[in-house]
Amino acid sequence: MNEASTTSITTDDSFTTSAGKQLGLYTLYALLGLAALIYMLSVAAGNTGSDTSGGAISVERNSITITLREEPPQLDAGRATDASSFVVLAHVMEGLIGYDDNDQLIPGVAERWEIREDGATFWLRDDAMWSDGQPVTAHDFEFGWKRVLDPATAAEYSFIMYSIKNAEAINQGELPKEMLAVTATTDKILDIEFERPTPYFDKLVAFNTFFPLREDFYESTNGRYGADADMMLYNGPYVVEEWVHGSTMLWTKNPYYWSDEKGFLDEIVTAYITQDVNAKLNLFKDGQIVDTHLVAPMLPTAMEQRWQIDRVMDGTVFFLEFNHREDRVTDNLNFRKALQLAQDPTELVYKVLKEAGYLPAESLFPVWIQGVEDVFRKEYPPQEHQMNLTLAREHLEMARRELGLEEFPPIIFLSGDTPVSLLAAEYYQELYRQNLGLEIRIDAQIFKQRLAKMTSGDFDIVLAGWGPDYFDALTFGDLFASWNLNNRGRYDSEEMDRQVRIAQSELDPRKRMDAFGEIQRIVYDDVIVIPMYERGWSFVVDPRLKGFKRRSVGPETDYNYAYIDVSGN
Amino acid sequence: MWLYVIKRLLQGIVTVWFIATATFFAMHNVPGDPLLNDRAVTEAIRANLEAKYGLDQPIGTQYLIYLRNLSQGDFGISFTQENREVNDIIREHFPVSAILGILAVVFAAAGGVLFGALTALYRNRLPDYIIMFLVILGISVPSFVVAALSQLTLVTLNSAVGTTVLPVAGWGTILHMLVPAMVLGLGTMAYLTRLMRSSMLEVISSDFVRTAKSKGVPPARIFAKHQLRNAILPVITVLGPAIAAITTGGFVVELVFAIPGLGRYFVQAVQQLDYTVIMGTTVFYGAFLVFMVIVVDVLYGFIDPRVRLE
Amino acid sequence: MTDTTSADFAPLHEQREVHTISRPSLSYWQDAWIRLKLNRRALVSLFIVIALLLFTLVGPWIWRIDSAFQDLDQVSQPPGTNRGALVVEDYQPWFGDRFLAGEDLRLVESGTTQAVRLQWDALDGASGHRVYRNIFPVGPERAYGIPLAELLDPETDYFEDRLDLKPGRYYYSVVAIGPRGELLDNYQTIEVSVQRVTTVTEALERGLVDDASDLQVGDQIDLIWHPLGTDYLGRDMLARLMAGARVSLFIGIGAPFLFVLFGVAYGSMAGFIGGRTDQLMMRFADFVVALPFLLFMILFKIAFGIGPGESGVFPMLVALVVLMWPATARLVRGQILQIREQGYISASQLLGAKTNYLILRHMIPNTLGVVLVTVTFAIPSAIFTEAFLSFIGMGVAPPTPSWGSMSNEGIKTMLTTPHELIFPAMFISLTVLAFNLLGDGLRDALDARMRNTE
Repeated sequence: MNEASTTSITTDDSFTTSAGKQLGLYTLYALLGLAALIYMLSVAAGNTGSDTSGGAISVERNSITITLREEPPQLDAGRATDASSFVVLAHVMEGLIGYDDNDQLIPGVAERWEIREDGATFWLRDDAMWSDGQPVTAHDFEFGWKRVLDPATAAEYSFIMYSIKNAEAINQGELPKEMLAVTATTDKILDIEFERPTPYFDKLVAFNTFFPLREDFYESTNGRYGADADMMLYNGPYVVEEWVHGSTMLWTKNPYYWSDEKGFLDEIVTAYITQDVNAKLNLFKDGQIVDTHLVAPMLPTAMEQRWQIDRVMDGTVFFLEFNHREDRVTDNLNFRKALQLAQDPTELVYKVLKEAGYLPAESLFPVWIQGVEDVFRKEYPPQEHQMNLTLAREHLEMARRELGLEEFPPIIFLSGDTPVSLLAAEYYQELYRQNLGLEIRIDAQIFKQRLAKMTSGDFDIVLAGWGPDYFDALTFGDLFASWNLNNRGRYDSEEMDRQVRIAQSELDPRKRMDAFGEIQRIVYDDVIVIPMYERGWSFVVDPRLKGFKRRSVGPETDYNYAYIDVSGN
Repeated sequence: MWLYVIKRLLQGIVTVWFIATATFFAMHNVPGDPLLNDRAVTEAIRANLEAKYGLDQPIGTQYLIYLRNLSQGDFGISFTQENREVNDIIREHFPVSAILGILAVVFAAAGGVLFGALTALYRNRLPDYIIMFLVILGISVPSFVVAALSQLTLVTLNSAVGTTVLPVAGWGTILHMLVPAMVLGLGTMAYLTRLMRSSMLEVISSDFVRTAKSKGVPPARIFAKHQLRNAILPVITVLGPAIAAITTGGFVVELVFAIPGLGRYFVQAVQQLDYTVIMGTTVFYGAFLVFMVIVVDVLYGFIDPRVRLE
Repeated sequence: MTDTTSADFAPLHEQREVHTISRPSLSYWQDAWIRLKLNRRALVSLFIVIALLLFTLVGPWIWRIDSAFQDLDQVSQPPGTNRGALVVEDYQPWFGDRFLAGEDLRLVESGTTQAVRLQWDALDGASGHRVYRNIFPVGPERAYGIPLAELLDPETDYFEDRLDLKPGRYYYSVVAIGPRGELLDNYQTIEVSVQRVTTVTEALERGLVDDASDLQVGDQIDLIWHPLGTDYLGRDMLARLMAGARVSLFIGIGAPFLFVLFGVAYGSMAGFIGGRTDQLMMRFADFVVALPFLLFMILFKIAFGIGPGESGVFPMLVALVVLMWPATARLVRGQILQIREQGYISASQLLGAKTNYLILRHMIPNTLGVVLVTVTFAIPSAIFTEAFLSFIGMGVAPPTPSWGSMSNEGIKTMLTTPHELIFPAMFISLTVLAFNLLGDGLRDALDARMRNTE
């Protein structure tokens, strides 16, 4: 266009050539300048991240490179709540009891222990040391636990200690923390009195909140305990040597660690903090990290690469939780029954989510929960579920009459904003529209807004999940007790409460498991929730790394038993 | 001159106050509760948490406290990173974004000027067509698509060569920066190329170039002294806003390439409703933006004597 | 002194055709249109824009598939896939077949997309088995593929695979595992070819046949046709793109239109009133300009708190308007200030024109060209903003589709099913490009001063 204006300019070739040469010269200058600038910037960037070009495994340094899901908010074990912190803490701290590489309880700082009806005693080993060379004593546990329960600490996981005598009252601010029935009888003996019988206490103390904390060091940090690498004292197989916030962490072998069955590596570098599975896959493919989990769209790539894919249950169970508050449609049992009968978790998992690691959920209790002798789900098979549209519509009609409604109001379906929950939400919306003619309104919210709405009861159905805190059925079993603050749908029934009380304090394992069996039945019959799926991961590990473990309970990725073996493939 | 600078700075401070106020009230209108977490807590704990962050005060008081702290350059303590001050977070993450941004701006500016000049010089010939085609792509393809595709290309390249030519993600060395910076600067580069091209063409047909030609000034000199120098001026004017846009717009690149910059941090903070981090980051970026515009305006006065600063 | 007669005061005869105009007089708009028509790129862009609008508004009337309908038989189907399916019985749960003859890993009935049923005899020394599925034969490197299940009990010697089966060839392996779940060396593998099937019930549900009696088990039937393939929930891409276009273009065109309108009102008011008010108003505009744009878009998105069932389109629109008006306001104010000094304004004022008249008759029409160009250039940036926000999960709420959120979904499956990314990304690019080139053309056509010297 505007061709007229060009004719007046003489763009003869000689001019273009010499101007082009000049431009070339400038380009050269620019490139030189750019190189200088890049050099300067990389020097500047040296302070913002560390060199991570070491690759996934360095045999000569005996080191590996891994990723963390997100930056740990802080590494104060008593207050940690997120998966990333749990991963780090599992490597740099140790509780009284731990888990071996086959999920069996093994001694940690405690050499042996005894659990009685009214309390427990732990005998601590002599060679357990802090990373400054001082011994770990029973006082460190006493101090740590009392601090967790102090309301001023505001530890979110303090409830996990409530089976200790006076714990709940202290946490509510009703008693001073000195009243906690935890006593360091000697440096090496820790005595605990229970509020109520707690046969599973050994499984509880493996949890982060029960980790020790040394008073003099804690005081010296001036309230910044856990904020930085040098603001912590470690007693695990590794120590955090360096922590560049938001970027990298370096864990090195703890020279004072007592056991030679853990901590075979000299260095673990958490070079990348990312949740982006695609980025992680690319890093793994590129030989920069030792392991990554795979989501469905990546599986063809993984097969093409001839990787050996492994699988593990993540531990978490996801379900549709109903709002049982009185003013809600979902308070009606027939309505819930209708929704239960009109869906089939296998379709969700096999056709919609398509994740090879997921299992269609049949119960509140995941497959890996232990029963008396065998796995719980074998001893107490879950109620058989069959999708039945005719029956579902009958229940819906009954609900409509019971509620005296002409037509059902739109159902508020609260969901998170993660891809999987949005996918599930969209699926259910269409499913219930097709099968029951219900209008579902998706309310997708960011994490904190979803929690706020869950807490205030501003939903009919919420897409929720529950992950285990300890290796016992109770971590799921007490979820719908009327007093449980995490029972956000406010389910309230005497029968459920009764069974939960039995499950909490019954000493006979068989009777206790019977109670869980009952809880499983009530959850199904009363349709407290509709189980959707149990999450699991497909994952790949660098073949040179052995002993790596992904766990259902505890740290999601565990390198404590990992070692490098280049002899194999 | 100095009076002008001081006046602009004062205006800038008022603007930052406005940003801070807008952010504060937008933030406190957000539904949801930053103190909630996966595991529910008791009343006593909750009261303690509220007191820690001053959320138990009436909103007016909170605003005054916030302004007072802000005037001392204190953005408060993060809600999710309980032991870290927002100032520390900004200090640690902003340099990353800034380095990435500077590099991207340099890529964009150098590339824009170079390609713009080239296309004008080789107008309606092959180089022009090739570059303009790339420019069109740069303008019309969303940055996240470009970012994902280039990461994919890197992976393919590395596996084809058999070694890590360029790292696909992360941060730390020069090699980590190159591709993300190019992706980040691409849109601006395309824009600047177009601008440079039209500005060059305008200059080429201007009287003083014609005069110079008829005087017999050597072509290289005409090109360098008369054409390039005059054509570059409009490009410089848009650099100020471009720098700010690039530095604050690094979210996508930081997310895709797992770069620990402030943009990525901001997105995470929003997901977590981390009030203090969100407010701190926004006010900081706002102040940065205001300051950049002032700097560019003042510099422009030096470069182009025709512009009079009052 | 000359004599004047009465004839001198007689009116002249009426003048006709005083001077002839060499070419017909053109209004501003006619002139602009002629210029635009000469610009081929702009003209093509204009046609593209019209086509896009037709696609969005008329498309759903022609392609009448519900964009929310989930065809779970055809999930993530690229365009042009073979749709033929065999009709089989409804699915019935299966728990192994004790009496099936054979020893090694074997297929119980021929593989279908409904299920692949495998049976084997416990491998030597196995405390359990793992079942794998691969799309490649198992080679010496023992990459068995995707682990489908871990059967910790050696007695369980059957497995039914229903996970996302696609027509084609699969290689199943059963590997023995030890007491601690570790993989042992012995394994068996089998090749299975899977055929696409459907059932009478499903065919009825999907509306493929009207009556159950029209179809018998063993019949061959074509599944629903999706010209551009389907997405991750089996929804029709074409219908989704049309629905997405409605959102993307509504935001893309609606937001610029609204904020330009507001900007024009604000700017012309400031420019016309002048003085202190003008100063104050422009100061405020400066404040708004200084807000970091993307950060505030995100902030607004969460501050508005999108409720259940809401798409979030409206809040995004409001946020865009709130943040983007000042640029137009400044531009229009500048124009008004210029025009105010023009002679014809003073003339008009002398003739007794009212302020309203001045604004409506002179000021606004004279700035309209500039404003139109601004709108055109603002559209691509609004579309990009929507796409960007959707990409970081801060865009429109599902199930409402937009091109941005579709790209975001597509990017995850970029390697396996690229069509889910390519189509929405292409639409974004095309739209952005068309509006950019159209903007260039309009600028050249409408405003001589802003003319591009290309």
